[in-house]
Amino acid sequence: MKIQLRDIYKYFGPVRANDGISLEIESGVIHGLLGENGAGKTTLMKILSGYQSADRGTILLNGRPVHFRSPADAIAAGIGMLHQDPLDVPAFSALENLALGSPGGPFLNRARARRTLETLGRRFGFSLDPDAPVSSLTVGERQQLEMVRLLALGVRVIILDEPTTGISAPQKALLFQALHQLSQEGLAVIFVSHKLEEVQELCSRVTVLRQGKVAGELRAPFATDEMVSLMFGQALGTYGRRPIPLGEIILQVENLTVRSPRLELNGVHLTVRAGEVIGLAGLEGSGQRLLMLACAGLQKPHGGRIILGGQDVTGRPYTTFLRHGVAFVPAARLEEGLVPGLTLREHFALAGDTRGFLIRWDEADARAAQMIADFNIVGQADTRVEALSGGNQQRALLALLPERLRLLILEHPTRGLDIASSRWIWHRLLERRERGTAILFTSTDLDELVEYSDRIVVFSGGKMSAPLETSRVTVEELGYLIGGRGL
Amino acid sequence: MNPLIIETAKSVIASSAPLVFAGIGEMFTERAGVVNLSLDGSILLSAMAAFAIAFLSGSLILGFLGGMLVGMLIALLVAYGAIALKQDQVAIGFVLTLLCADLSSFIGKPFVRKPGPSVPHWPIPGLVNIPVIGRILFDQDVLVYASYAVILVAWVWLFYTQAGLRLRSVGERPEAAFARGIAVNRVRYLYTALGGALVGLAGGGYSLSVKLGWSHRHTAGIGWIALAIVIFGGWHPFRVAFGAYLFGVLKSVGSLLQPGFPNIPTQVFQAAPFALMLLALLLVSGDREGLARRLPKPLRAIVQALLAGRPPAGLGKRFEQG
Amino acid sequence: MTWRARLTQIGVALAPIGLTLVMTMFILLLAGADPFEAYGNILSGAFESPKKIADIAVAMVPLLLCSAGMLVTFAAGLWNIGVEGQMIAGALMTTWLVESLTAPAGVILPLSVVAGLIGGALWGLLVGLIRTYGGVNEIFAGLGMNFVASALTNYLIFGPWRPPDGATMSGTDPFPPSAWMPLLGTTRASLVSILLSVIALVGVWLVLRGTYWGLKLRAIGRNIRAAQRLGVSTHRNMILAFIVCGALAGLAGSLQTTAVYRRLIPQISGGYGYLSQLVVLLSGLRAEWVPLVVFFFSAVQVGSPRLELRMQLDSSMGGILQAGIVLFFLLVRGFRERWRAPERPKEE
Repeated sequence: MKIQLRDIYKYFGPVRANDGISLEIESGVIHGLLGENGAGKTTLMKILSGYQSADRGTILLNGRPVHFRSPADAIAAGIGMLHQDPLDVPAFSALENLALGSPGGPFLNRARARRTLETLGRRFGFSLDPDAPVSSLTVGERQQLEMVRLLALGVRVIILDEPTTGISAPQKALLFQALHQLSQEGLAVIFVSHKLEEVQELCSRVTVLRQGKVAGELRAPFATDEMVSLMFGQALGTYGRRPIPLGEIILQVENLTVRSPRLELNGVHLTVRAGEVIGLAGLEGSGQRLLMLACAGLQKPHGGRIILGGQDVTGRPYTTFLRHGVAFVPAARLEEGLVPGLTLREHFALAGDTRGFLIRWDEADARAAQMIADFNIVGQADTRVEALSGGNQQRALLALLPERLRLLILEHPTRGLDIASSRWIWHRLLERRERGTAILFTSTDLDELVEYSDRIVVFSGGKMSAPLETSRVTVEELGYLIGGRGL
Repeated sequence: MNPLIIETAKSVIASSAPLVFAGIGEMFTERAGVVNLSLDGSILLSAMAAFAIAFLSGSLILGFLGGMLVGMLIALLVAYGAIALKQDQVAIGFVLTLLCADLSSFIGKPFVRKPGPSVPHWPIPGLVNIPVIGRILFDQDVLVYASYAVILVAWVWLFYTQAGLRLRSVGERPEAAFARGIAVNRVRYLYTALGGALVGLAGGGYSLSVKLGWSHRHTAGIGWIALAIVIFGGWHPFRVAFGAYLFGVLKSVGSLLQPGFPNIPTQVFQAAPFALMLLALLLVSGDREGLARRLPKPLRAIVQALLAGRPPAGLGKRFEQG
Repeated sequence: MTWRARLTQIGVALAPIGLTLVMTMFILLLAGADPFEAYGNILSGAFESPKKIADIAVAMVPLLLCSAGMLVTFAAGLWNIGVEGQMIAGALMTTWLVESLTAPAGVILPLSVVAGLIGGALWGLLVGLIRTYGGVNEIFAGLGMNFVASALTNYLIFGPWRPPDGATMSGTDPFPPSAWMPLLGTTRASLVSILLSVIALVGVWLVLRGTYWGLKLRAIGRNIRAAQRLGVSTHRNMILAFIVCGALAGLAGSLQTTAVYRRLIPQISGGYGYLSQLVVLLSGLRAEWVPLVVFFFSAVQVGSPRLELRMQLDSSMGGILQAGIVLFFLLVRGFRERWRAPERPKEE
């Protein structure tokens, strides 16, 4: 089967997610779709698989134009997509997920679903518990289940969106092997990623997207420099970072245990000094968030101690942590950080001193005006936060932080931002560092971790590595640790 | 066995039948992700409509069908307001609760305390002779047998059919359902209407069988209990039915105890089951694990099984395709 | 604004009224009554004499107080359906005070107001605790507490507070005259009640607009997690919202006993708690619109018993008018948003 995408346009308000993209995909090939966050990869694939419709442009299958009005249409035409966050029903068992939406009689045929799961599972070496609720499976296993489901429905084109995020090293190996097998059987595989190494390892052809447009097409073997310059438009330079002397001890974590329903992080020791930047590396869901929440006072530890500036604050409420100068900036800005419906001015009133009865609007106005100028926020004091763009929301979140902080905890501080915005955000963060604030942050971007951290700790399956001096570690070494090797 | 107990059990089963219909109906609606809060008003209006139609036409069947149609239309209005017009479904449901209650009073005025038709008693031959159980379960009217059927069919439908699987997926994760070719909003309309029809059947059940006739605010309060037992029952047909029977038991215990406490006014006994249902709700919503740990072992598993259950993940959430 | 847009705006504002009239007209015809005669009766029942207009003011008091309270809980995203029970609790507390304390009016009347505030606040606190720490949805918590409150009222009227000549549905014995709120002339309206309700509404409006507490409540209502991250203590503020709302509702209940009935009756809350939810919905959660809506609702409330006297119709037509207009308001709003949506430009 041959797929041709011709002049695909898709705008979201002012954002040009796809700005006239044309692409050809052939059977029997693993075709990479490379680009940084926000380049338009996922939007394009959602259009191809029927989740979204293009504003303009055509899709041709074997030369014939097709119109998908739903994912089901696309699957019927043989195109299936695996989403980064698997689109399954967590409350259902694996079998029920497999049976949902597959053809059959009026009754729920668990036996047939079980046979399908066994046959296809055996073919690719997947071993999935058919009766366990999907919510108890790992992301990798849920991905395997979705793959089995799509193959059982007879798809001939399989799209994988960032499939290696959040899965273990053996699962990744298994996945790559399965993808090779599928392409040998004549399926077209589209592998969407922003990771150079993976694309190099797996794909024979690559299309690079940048800012909603095709930046270039390459055939294996790929030169790293070339891919990087297509992705980013220029070769990456390193950020000049002044070394500063570290100050007093800000945070001491001693033998900490934190539990969530799905993960236990235990035996964590960490000491952080004023002005120090610690990067928390690892696949998502390996324990970084638990450590951050515990250090921010948002999750009560089950064991161990947290000492802030010499004072034991273990198990104390979040407000105590706030008083000790700890702040947490979540990744989900509009869900956890900002209040949709309230204006910037109201946010600044809320984030400032709220003692007293009547709101001191003049104070809030002055602060809003200063921060909007200071942080280059595109918006006015009476702009509601949901009307801001992602980058401006992140700037607003940073602007809302108290002036003097001892410890700043950031979850994916530059996720979804363009390079210029990311740089700018880090510029402001490093300023704080120079004023003695210690920073803990997570990122899935190894380059970001290496570039900005003094030390890096790596998480894998609820364990934390000893801190590594960034000056003495390479990206490859980190990759190994993140994959669960050497911990 | 003590004949008083048998008689009481029999009357509990009979008087709970409408609550079973309403509870299961609302369970279907909520399983699809929609909350129809209007139950207290819907039951009143459909009870009135069923009685009025049966009274005027002399046909029980037409009465029940009319009640079901009324319940269905109200439910569809909730669904339309919530899905197509994107308004707060709780607000629409609440307004309809009050509106339908007043409508039932206004339109039903000519029918107050009129003698009307009632569902005939019909013991099932053979089964009624089973000792104890036969008298309790099979010496009833058709409506009660229908309530057994609704419980069973609901259970089979939810967990053993493709349609039930689709229904559950729509309430749990509409995006995933959509990805599998299921028309999410159509399924939501369908089951809201079905749930509303069952709620209407419950209304007819009161005015044509359990609480014969029509009067001002004839069934007031019952709709709220039905909504509470859906939560109490963890959105599972068997446990929802259990909740309905539990409420029936509380009510009859109240009226049995009443003669023993002549100083306490009857209104207290009438309101007590409502307060107790709130307590029960507190039990299922609070710290279940902590509660279970404090119980003796044999009870623990039973209590845990009874209290398990959580709302469909997509309950009350709007779904719009990309 | 173009004349066309203004016309649309007026149409949208009037549509719910028109649709409600069409619906009720249909229902009235179904009941075999002349719709215009019915509307005329409601109007004359509400406005024919100064006394009637004073009755509208009497009905406005509990609605204003309860709506003011509901604005507070709605701001925090909470649906306090327990207002009805909180009204009753205020009435009970006031009755308890009057039953147990003999004092001159100058002492007992201010105390009765305080008792009402406290009674309602306690009931609100309970709902708040069940909601925040019990994890029960506030709708069910509130409803349950409403049932409990009305059962308690019945118990007290038929038990400890029973009149010597036997308990009836007409309630306790009348309060001593020292516990009667003074009334305006020969009307049934009390200046104190009216002043208190106006102060309550203006106070709530100011609190929600201009205080840190109001801002915190709005933040909680719109995004509870972000509010928490910004340092707002959510449980405490939510419970406080229930307490304030309960206190205002309790005051309404208290005034129903001292200024309106001068005794405790079984249905002391009179459905005003539920009605005030409609008021707040129809005013779009905006305090500015509450007085107008309350006036309309009260006029309907005062005028509709006339249907029963003159036309042998049920007075629930008043409730149909009130709920109908809110229903159509919500539906028309939805329609307008639906029509407007496709016009929005896709690209900027």
